[in-house]
Amino acid sequence: MKLRDTLQLSFNTVTSYRTRSLLIILAMALGVAAVVVLTALGDGARRYVVGKFSSIGTNLIIVLPGRAETAGGFPGAVLAQTPRDLTLEDARFVGQLSQVKRYAPLNVGVVELAAAGRLREVTVLGSTADLLPIRHMNLAQGSFLAQGAEYSAQIVLGAKIAQEFFPHGNVIGQRVRLGDRRFLVSGVLAIQGESMGFNSDELVIIPIDHAQALFNTASLFRILVEARSRGDIESAKEAIRDTLKRRHDGEDDVTVITQDAVLATFDRILRALTLGVAGIAAISLAVAGILVMNVMLVAVSQRTSEIGLLKAIGAPSADIRLLFFAEALWLSLAGAALGFVLGQFGSLLIRLAYPQLPAWPPMWASLAGVTIAFVTGILASLLPAARAAQLDPVKALAGR
Amino acid sequence: MGDQEVRALSGINLEIASGEYVSLMGPSGSGKTTLLNVLGLLDRPNSGRYELDGKDVTDLSEVEQARVRREKIGFVFQSFHLVPRLTAAENIELPLMLAGTALAERKARVDETLLSFDLLDRARHRPAELSGGQRQRVAIARATILRPTILLADEPTGNLDHRIGAEVMALLEGLHHAGATLILVTHDRELGARAHRRIAMRDGEIVADER
Repeated sequence: MKLRDTLQLSFNTVTSYRTRSLLIILAMALGVAAVVVLTALGDGARRYVVGKFSSIGTNLIIVLPGRAETAGGFPGAVLAQTPRDLTLEDARFVGQLSQVKRYAPLNVGVVELAAAGRLREVTVLGSTADLLPIRHMNLAQGSFLAQGAEYSAQIVLGAKIAQEFFPHGNVIGQRVRLGDRRFLVSGVLAIQGESMGFNSDELVIIPIDHAQALFNTASLFRILVEARSRGDIESAKEAIRDTLKRRHDGEDDVTVITQDAVLATFDRILRALTLGVAGIAAISLAVAGILVMNVMLVAVSQRTSEIGLLKAIGAPSADIRLLFFAEALWLSLAGAALGFVLGQFGSLLIRLAYPQLPAWPPMWASLAGVTIAFVTGILASLLPAARAAQLDPVKALAGR
Repeated sequence: MGDQEVRALSGINLEIASGEYVSLMGPSGSGKTTLLNVLGLLDRPNSGRYELDGKDVTDLSEVEQARVRREKIGFVFQSFHLVPRLTAAENIELPLMLAGTALAERKARVDETLLSFDLLDRARHRPAELSGGQRQRVAIARATILRPTILLADEPTGNLDHRIGAEVMALLEGLHHAGATLILVTHDRELGARAHRRIAMRDGEIVADER
């Protein structure tokens, strides 16, 4: 018997037992779709989190005053424990390292902002011109803190602050009062929303010197550093630590964290989660495989006399085995294909329902789902096919 | 039957010449169907030898026996044994498909056979849509499409009324006249009497062999 005829004859059988075939295909399809959709969800969550982290900067290194304690707690959060302050001078030294592309010293405080007859408390960031590219922020209008003009009293407003104080637009060049100092609005940030606990829409940015004067401090809250490349991150981290240690009389009293490390951890956790979920979904595929086996066994006993006839008109056992095998193949193929489509469609629905979640099913998961469906379907047909092939023709013809 | 061994056939010594028309008669359980199955290579005797066309086929492998069945033997059954999902034409095509005949030739042979069995207008019908006589005609067409040398018919008219049964017998006898060896198992004395050689069986043994 030719392969083409075997495939066609078994295809014919599959389409003849319509309800039976549809049910198996559906069971298979749901299993595959579950794998695809669940991994899409898991991977979407991973990408969402990783994306959020990446949005705060590329190749970012953060320097905080104080040493991270194994007891936990965020270093530098309790200023009293900081043995030695980070200073602007420290930051400048860090900035001169060869692995460092740019850096931005950072001070944070909350101050009253008054303008156009309105008054509210705002979070104030004191920094330099390089903060904009390091933090991947965008301007909606005007210009950022001018490079080299850090001493002039300029201020950049968050999108929401600008909207609140100057609802009629025309923000650039306006005078505002921050605490007891006057500033000239030079720019407005584009709307960015919240990232890493900072809502950049509701803060204002002023030059670092003004901030230090305003907060009456000589120390820095953080230094944000951008390494030249991904490969430079580790050596930059070491160099920064060495430099600051030397400047701090040999005392290793700063904490240097990289965004990469945090990112990698989240990436690992969420990947494991996705795999776990995919594994659970794959179990449903194994169940579908058992269903295929059961249905094929029923088919063999239903078609006993037909198998006897095929033997009587000259079909060797191998042909009969192949016929049942091919039947399972078609069912698995249809189930896998339908499941793939359903899975893609399900993922699309999730993406439509939650636009922030990039729920794209990863290629490996789709492939794995389809392959598992295929393999279980084929494995499940081995026993029924062998049973059909081994039937005694005389008994089979009598329907026994 | 307990542990007692059942001998469906014993001491059979039978030679059938090519082109003969033989009837096998006997009561139920006399072994006539078993003999037919042995002749059709569906059943293997526990001992003894079976030569077909001068060749010992008793110990052929499963695959070779299947090939001999395909090429030399045509079965006609009481209950037709048509595949319900396939049309008349597809049922007739089955042996050609099993033999791996090319598609174009298959088509031509099936059309030719449909024509000679007067089934052209029934080609696209499934067995359920055919009358009993038509079903048996399809079954005989299927049995003979590869032009086997032996036709084995087991009560071919058992499920048909008298008139249709006579038509089917006429068809089988026509094939015999065209050169096939026809071996017929039947209960029907009248039918059995039409054969040129009449073998009577009882308890697995041949008790009479008349020509």
